[in-house]
Amino acid sequence: MDFELSEEQHKFRQEVRDFLEEELKQGRWQPSCDAWIMGFDPAFTKRVAQRGWIGLTWPKEHGGQGRSFIDRLILTEEMLRYGAPAACHWFGDRQIGGAIVHYGTEEQKKELLPMILKGEAYVGLGMSEPDAGSDLASLKTRAVEDGDYYVIDGQKTWTSGGSYMNWIYLVARTDPDALKHRGISEFFFETSLPGINVVPIVDITGGVHFNEVFFENVRIPKKCLIGEKNRGFYQILHQLDYERSGMERLMANYPLFEALIQYAKETKRNGKPLSEEPVIRAKLAQLKIELEIGRLHMYRVAVVMDEGRAPNWESSMSKAYGTAFEQHLASAAMEIAGLYGQLSPESKWVPMLGMAYHSYLSSKGYSLQAGTSEILKNILALRKLELPTG
Amino acid sequence: MDLAFSEEQEMLKKMARDFLTDKFPKTAVKEIEESELGYSPEIWKEMAELGWMGLVFPEEYGGAEMTFLDLAMLLEEMGRACLPGPYFSTVVLGGLPILDAGSEEQKQEYLPKIANGEAIFTLALTESSARYHAAAIEVKAAADNDAYVLNGTKLFVPDANVADYMLVVARTDEKSRGEDGITIFIVDAKSPGISCTVLKTIANDKLCEVVFDQVRVPKGNILGELNQGWSEVKKIIERAAVGKCCEMVGCIQQALDMTVDYAKERKQYDRPIGSFQVIQHYCVDMITDVEGTRLSAYQTAWMISEGLPCTQEVAIAKAWAGEACQRVMALAHQIHGAIGVTIDHDLQYYTRRAKAAEVTFGDASFYREIVAQEMGL
Ligand SMILES: Cc1cc2nc3c(=O)[nH]c(=O)nc-3n(C[C@H](O)[C@H](O)[C@H](O)COP(=O)(O)OP(=O)(O)OC[C@H]3O[C@@H](n4cnc5c(N)ncnc54)[C@H](O)[C@@H]3O)c2cc1C
Repeated sequence: MDFELSEEQHKFRQEVRDFLEEELKQGRWQPSCDAWIMGFDPAFTKRVAQRGWIGLTWPKEHGGQGRSFIDRLILTEEMLRYGAPAACHWFGDRQIGGAIVHYGTEEQKKELLPMILKGEAYVGLGMSEPDAGSDLASLKTRAVEDGDYYVIDGQKTWTSGGSYMNWIYLVARTDPDALKHRGISEFFFETSLPGINVVPIVDITGGVHFNEVFFENVRIPKKCLIGEKNRGFYQILHQLDYERSGMERLMANYPLFEALIQYAKETKRNGKPLSEEPVIRAKLAQLKIELEIGRLHMYRVAVVMDEGRAPNWESSMSKAYGTAFEQHLASAAMEIAGLYGQLSPESKWVPMLGMAYHSYLSSKGYSLQAGTSEILKNILALRKLELPTG
Repeated sequence: MDLAFSEEQEMLKKMARDFLTDKFPKTAVKEIEESELGYSPEIWKEMAELGWMGLVFPEEYGGAEMTFLDLAMLLEEMGRACLPGPYFSTVVLGGLPILDAGSEEQKQEYLPKIANGEAIFTLALTESSARYHAAAIEVKAAADNDAYVLNGTKLFVPDANVADYMLVVARTDEKSRGEDGITIFIVDAKSPGISCTVLKTIANDKLCEVVFDQVRVPKGNILGELNQGWSEVKKIIERAAVGKCCEMVGCIQQALDMTVDYAKERKQYDRPIGSFQVIQHYCVDMITDVEGTRLSAYQTAWMISEGLPCTQEVAIAKAWAGEACQRVMALAHQIHGAIGVTIDHDLQYYTRRAKAAEVTFGDASFYREIVAQEMGL
């Protein structure tokens, strides 16, 4: 057993930090919570791509760096720690590139992977529909073969980054007569095609990051099919393990953690810093404990992936755990801020740059996106504990 | 023991619910929240005509002579409806302290104005330390002939932007840092030297920063006794905490109702999500929290009505309500899925208000300390 990172890995972490410190020094962006999913900054994505930090784990023959999942975890951990605006490339890097590596044809790999690697494909995930949330297999969006094309009709919703995406990963029904799970296929195509209409949804924070996406008679070439026709659902199950596995499920609002600690040290109550009050000390220490346990979960997932296994229960555990931690963090920050916690980011007197307020509202969605905590726990009960089904 | 409402109370409750449902669909709530005033003067007038402003005042001051328990029921309905505006500020924070501690002259001057909807009141209590302790009162009031001169800044003052009068809690004895030397003033909100900035808040209510710069207040405007104001402030905080608890009951009851309805209606995997045991247990956890909040809120409201001392009960009720609200809203969101984290869904109104109510007039850690003291610890 060895819990230590290698010397190269420590060096790599330092390299990432130096890069991000320099970015901050140049004033290129402000650290913020949820920047991995809400911080759209094409220029930043380009600079990350230039360093070879997109597709880090993909095989070298496909333009990746052939590095380990631990290395990628170090990279994403630092991105999140700094609240860097990585939303343009996050989905492509995290799961879609990998899916193409895994299921794509040689031609698709040659054509599609370089765009993601160069930081030019901003990918949205078109899975959920109004009536198909947890029960993804009940999706209704159709893809009908017509000569050299598929014709897409239907609606997706909650598509994160929908207003920025130029590519979409779509799951659609290709065989309406088969059993639910057996008639679904995956497609990857550009969103500039005629017939696609993106309608932003304002979220509970007042921000816009997810969207409805309507497809009306959208003709996509057959080569946009990824993997096997009608096997899409099984491919997705595999991809979801990756979607759920990342550090963003633990550190999405990490900048708040640092802001909170600083706030507790600097804010005086009765002439003493808040951080010296026993109740508050205990709260902060508890957050640190939960964070470090969470990091161990996350690193374990990466180790499993480096061993070549899909983290098929480990990622469910780490995601359900991690998002609960993120919610604890947001709630604790609000509690510690007391009356000040009510103030919105644009208000006079707002503490912690409004991060506590934002996170408190935004974190309600953390335990829903990419699989609700209940679904994840169902998975754990079945896959890990092998409990009987009803 | 009798936990039922009387027939008249049930009638009041029903009338309130019908009126509020009619006047405050969420589209109206949203519009009012976004307006500069933060309330609707027309509906305000109608509420006054219904007798709501003077509900608990004696008839001689234009009131309906009902009890605090009756008011509690009304507040619950207001919480359910997400009523925006200065009702709580005017009646609970302004009117009741005047009824309680005012001179006959003050009562005659101000209470009828409140009862008929003419005057909006608020309480300027908290400051930048954001605490409900006597030591937190630093705004100064210095005697100057027949007046006091106020200087300093109050924070989180509700509805100061529309208030006609404010009860201002100020330090009149500079040598003291504690409970002595605090006085409550009835201040004309339009007095020269008062400036008000509306803060932006999670509940989209109108909390304000109010700066007092050489504001002259006649000596006759002292509410209660000079230098002895803190004991009345404690009562104000207690009463307000109970009022908040009642609003919170309405808030989380509505969130529960919406959630149970949704759990019956929303289908995934070809069955209502409410048929999954985990969702059933969540709903049961929610109703258990709602009922605990309701019982303790009404226990304290009843005690106040009866004039019984209830420091411990209030502390228990508010400590419980604040945290119960957070649990209930978290589960409401979890059960609603993604639709619940959109601005167009009604749930967010309750989430936001529950958060504000949790910290207003004392959060759980504030009241846990009081409970500990009551336990003799
Ligand atoms: C911020 C955010 C971003 C998102 N981004 C994307 C995106 O980019 N692309 C995309 O396709 N989707 C996205 N989603 C959608 C997300 O995948 C869905 O919200 C999620 O799958 C749950 O579906 P639902 O919201 O319809 O809830 P439902 O499935 O209707 O669930 C409602 C409740 O029922 C419970 N439930 C359902 N089934 C069961 C069961 N079998 N056992 C026990 N409990 C059950 C759920 O756990 C939940 O508590 C996003 C969601 C959010 C909140």
